[in-house]
Amino acid sequence: MQPEADLTGNLPVAAISILALIFSWWGLAILNGDPTVLPSPWQVFPLAVSELLSGELLRHLAVTLRRVALAFVIAMAMGVAIGLLMGRSSGTDRWLDPWLIVFLNLPALVVIVLCYLWIGLNEVAAVAAVAINKIPTVVVTIREGTRALDRQLNDVAAIFRMSGWARFWHIILPQLGPYIASAGRSGISLIWKIVLVVEFLGRSDGIGFKIHLYFQLFDVGMVLAYALSFVVVMLAIEGLLVRPWEARATRWRRA
Amino acid sequence: MISVAIDNKSIGITPVLGCVAFQVGAGETLAVVGPSGVGKTTLLRVLAGLDADFVGQVKVPERRAMVFQEPALLPWRSALQNLTLTTGIDESTAREALGEVGLSDFADRFPGQLSLGQQRRLSLARAFSAAPDMLLMDEPFVSLDVSLVSEMLDLTERLLASRAIATVFVTHAMAEAERLATRIVRLIGNPATLEDVIS
Repeated sequence: MQPEADLTGNLPVAAISILALIFSWWGLAILNGDPTVLPSPWQVFPLAVSELLSGELLRHLAVTLRRVALAFVIAMAMGVAIGLLMGRSSGTDRWLDPWLIVFLNLPALVVIVLCYLWIGLNEVAAVAAVAINKIPTVVVTIREGTRALDRQLNDVAAIFRMSGWARFWHIILPQLGPYIASAGRSGISLIWKIVLVVEFLGRSDGIGFKIHLYFQLFDVGMVLAYALSFVVVMLAIEGLLVRPWEARATRWRRA
Repeated sequence: MISVAIDNKSIGITPVLGCVAFQVGAGETLAVVGPSGVGKTTLLRVLAGLDADFVGQVKVPERRAMVFQEPALLPWRSALQNLTLTTGIDESTAREALGEVGLSDFADRFPGQLSLGQQRRLSLARAFSAAPDMLLMDEPFVSLDVSLVSEMLDLTERLLASRAIATVFVTHAMAEAERLATRIVRLIGNPATLEDVIS
């Protein structure tokens, strides 16, 4: 099958590219010569392993991942629903478009601070702040996808009297698939970055909290160990969940 | 029985159809011919219930099906699923329907893996699978080569002969109309009205 061939075909290039990045980092660390400012990969890696073995890394990783997952699900569900509504109804689009522009231009930091001030320094505020930051970009993508829906297939559904659910599942969703995948992929990368800021500012656990802690101690090695561990997890999610799902959903295109 | 009495139909401020009245009984096929852009597809959309913005009365059976100019299949579903998911028939009935149009061996193929002729046959199978009392066909053989058109006409004729369906068949090819229709009318003018064609 084509998708597997693509994935395996890209694998050596991706591996070489990442190795090149690690060696560049190593080169810069040597040039800098001060491990307290820029430790080499071979100094950061043992730190990550030691945190992993102590259980500390996994504990904070799990907390951050839970926040990312919750915010992601809420942002995608609400973004898809609002995007569909705005894409299908020009009246709703006219009314909600100014709101969308406001929320798109509201800085993430403002939303985070306001959520903490209004809701309190708790999980609800943390997840809400992240979701509110992401929803507008999902809406924009899904609205475009909805506007591009094939009208003739809508006619087919109407004439053959397909149920509302069947129309959504078999006609609308497959057409929105690439748009949802695109919003999802950019969503995950944006959400985890915002989650770290949220944790940095107002939580007592999670990767962002640990980065805050080691920032105060000026321990660059540990900051990198925690940040890069999470990057590895997010890359794994992208490679093991997002890409295979996307390949399966778009199998018909390559058949 | 299809009973149509349209007084006028406009798109925006442009009148498209004038007085258009006809009836088609079960087992009859009315062919509507006429130049491109005259309003044939608009008439079919009114009959299909896709466009309710007209003045007049249209009475059509509840069970309806349509064959579009393009095959209008779900490209992300197999040939078999294109029948079961849209018409609600079960898998074995769908396999029989595929067999009837010569696509038994293509049940698991996606539409993109079928030739245009096969896609048209699948579209035809979908329409007949719905067991309609009214069938609307909007230039279903357009952009096929001569031999394929003849093959499709044979197939359509055979499928119609075994069922009592009121059919409205829009085409710009008189030969196709003469082959399938029990009555031929021409849509002509601006706004368009019907006139009988004596063939």
